[in-house]
Amino acid sequence: MSIIEQEREVIQKQESPQSTPVLDAWLTTVDHKKIGVLYIVMAVVFLVIGGCEALIIRLQLMYPRSTLVQPDTFNGLFTMHGTTMVFFVGMPILIGIGNYLVPLMIGARDMAFPRLNAFGFWATLFGGLLVYFSFVAGGAPTIGWFAYAPLTERTFSRGSATDFWALGLLVSGVGTLTAGINFIASILGMRSPGMTLRKIPFFAWTMLWTSVLLLFAMPPLTASLVMVLLDRNLGTHFFDVQNGGSAVLWQHLFWFFGHPEVYILILPVFGMISEIIPVFSRKVLFGYEFMAAATAAIAFISMGVWAHHMFTIGMSRVLDLYFAVASLLVSIPTGIKLFNWLATMYGGRIYLASPMLFAIGFLSMFVIGGLTGIMLAIVPFDFQLTDSYFVVGHFHWVLIGGTLFGTFAGIHYWYPKVTGRMLSERIAAWQFWLLYIGFILTFGPMHVAGMLGMPRRIYTYEPGMGWELWNQLSTVGAIIQAPSFVLFVYNLIASAWWGKPAGDNPWNAWTLEWATTSPPPVYNFETLPIVHSRRPLWDLAHPDDPDWKYE
Amino acid sequence: MSKGGQNMTYVNYSAQPLDDERPLPLPPPIIPEVGFSPAQWGMLSFLVSEVAFFSTLIVVYLSFLGADRSGPTPSILSVPLVIGTTLCLLASSATVHLATKSQNLGKGEDFLKWWSATIVLGIIFLAGTAYEWRELIVVHHLTISRNLFGSTYYTLVGFHALHVSVGVIVMLTVLGMTLSQLLTSASKAAVELVSWYWHFVDCVWLVVFAVVYVAGR
Repeated sequence: MSIIEQEREVIQKQESPQSTPVLDAWLTTVDHKKIGVLYIVMAVVFLVIGGCEALIIRLQLMYPRSTLVQPDTFNGLFTMHGTTMVFFVGMPILIGIGNYLVPLMIGARDMAFPRLNAFGFWATLFGGLLVYFSFVAGGAPTIGWFAYAPLTERTFSRGSATDFWALGLLVSGVGTLTAGINFIASILGMRSPGMTLRKIPFFAWTMLWTSVLLLFAMPPLTASLVMVLLDRNLGTHFFDVQNGGSAVLWQHLFWFFGHPEVYILILPVFGMISEIIPVFSRKVLFGYEFMAAATAAIAFISMGVWAHHMFTIGMSRVLDLYFAVASLLVSIPTGIKLFNWLATMYGGRIYLASPMLFAIGFLSMFVIGGLTGIMLAIVPFDFQLTDSYFVVGHFHWVLIGGTLFGTFAGIHYWYPKVTGRMLSERIAAWQFWLLYIGFILTFGPMHVAGMLGMPRRIYTYEPGMGWELWNQLSTVGAIIQAPSFVLFVYNLIASAWWGKPAGDNPWNAWTLEWATTSPPPVYNFETLPIVHSRRPLWDLAHPDDPDWKYE
Repeated sequence: MSKGGQNMTYVNYSAQPLDDERPLPLPPPIIPEVGFSPAQWGMLSFLVSEVAFFSTLIVVYLSFLGADRSGPTPSILSVPLVIGTTLCLLASSATVHLATKSQNLGKGEDFLKWWSATIVLGIIFLAGTAYEWRELIVVHHLTISRNLFGSTYYTLVGFHALHVSVGVIVMLTVLGMTLSQLLTSASKAAVELVSWYWHFVDCVWLVVFAVVYVAGR
């Protein structure tokens, strides 16, 4: 061991002379770790921007007949908030974490196509800037994040905002697609010797299926955006209802992308949780095979449920029934996952460090979001509550309670690997509890407001509707949440300088990324690791009782 | 919380063997996996995404078929011309196969011959499309903004033609690199992938042909 350590230091010293300026190194990098960090930094910046938009929305809705923002501004705010959070926070942060970790986890030196990888990042960033450029070019788009036709036609959106929106999503969508291709090629083609598909770390497995979903979901979005752009700029009639175009077609096309998108945003998080819970319970993941099959099942089913967003457009009863049943089916593999995580924790020695705290936050909140999802999949229930604040409450519960809590768990878990320093546990605990309480207070009352009949996307409401209290609770919740994000960003920045040194494997974890130094050298591993089981570092530490004897 | 799994019997992270005389267990040998290279997986997944892309355009084409109340309909399409261009594209799939085959056998001259033939056939196909579009625009006054048929037809066939054009440009690049001897043995694997792409573009055309020129008329 010690000889290897010494050699490693020598190699690092030779590699380290900094002849290129730092900025240049980051702008031209093709290293998957740097690109991963760039993705995450981009996502955090957009998270703050999208969060500010949400805060203005909440302040506007705090009192009835509020005049804080104009109706048009309000429409722009919720459009940009949704677009930002889905396309420029959710996907980039998960792709960034995947970019950093997948090659390390599978024991590779980089992704399969490093330059394509860099292209993917810059295209995503450029797409985000293009969408935000609309603010300069005459105001934000006011079409909602799913941009229902014919609102996107020239007749109804006269400025150039919608063009920037569509172009931005198109460009970033192409970038995202290349990331998916890169993940598949890396995971299927570059695993270290001995790491069969049945032995890959669970996060890599979920990234694989996320990428498969990207392959099937992004191109239809690209094609649909092209049609919007053609409609607006070349006078085609795809969604032009006055000339025979179809508004319903857009809904089908968009949700054929939009529903798998929801799983693109949650599958990697399932992977992170499946890495974290075993490590902090000191047990192997319960039911790895079932978890793996459930991941694939979710990916498959998610491609056949899109029209559950569209029950009220008047489909046939047969279609309503099919999409309701298919949507309910998703709860089976998801339930398998949930119970397997609980079974992993059961009887384990649970260590409540910040990653585990967020993971448990994820478990407790995601199950509630899943349950309101089951309610909305029941067609008559959906007829009553579609486009109400109940729906807003539901999907924020899944996206924040699920994706965000899980992503925070992941960031707190892998931050020591990326920077070589530990995040402050004290700040992390404050961040967690502020977010947890603020989140429940923000989105819990939305369910009630929705059931009391409050539609989503209204810029204000009349007094005496019985909605004031619930809206005020939501706004107070948002104000409680806000400092948790400030603490998070502060912790990320400050700990990089003043955090405790982490060492190679601060959590005593078992996957390959912990076998190299923190932060890892450019080449990741000086010799490619050979793998015999799902927990290679356990085998290394316990040669007398290795895992491969039991798998 | 003390009942651990079977692996929880001790927490000893040193790599030292235990003191007793038992030899450490030897792991089973690693069997090297045979499968696609990363580049092949990459091309394959790219082509899968292209299938999703063209499927969307085809579904849109079909969903608007016969929905027009004014303007030209698919009956104006000239089938004999398109059968000709289709045959060219089909033949180009055969020639690109022969090209990669001769490359694998190390017959450089045959490779150049078949590869150039593929490019020529691709260009003939594009020229045929250009002629067809000229007829449609000048004679039948079918533009992309005329009606739903125009919108969907030009979008679907246009995106296919764009893919053929990209293929021709890439193949011309490969040809140029071969002639100036810039092609390394590593980039020969890439030539194979270009042929995959070309076969795919060909397959898409068969579906477009069946949908637009046969079933859709």
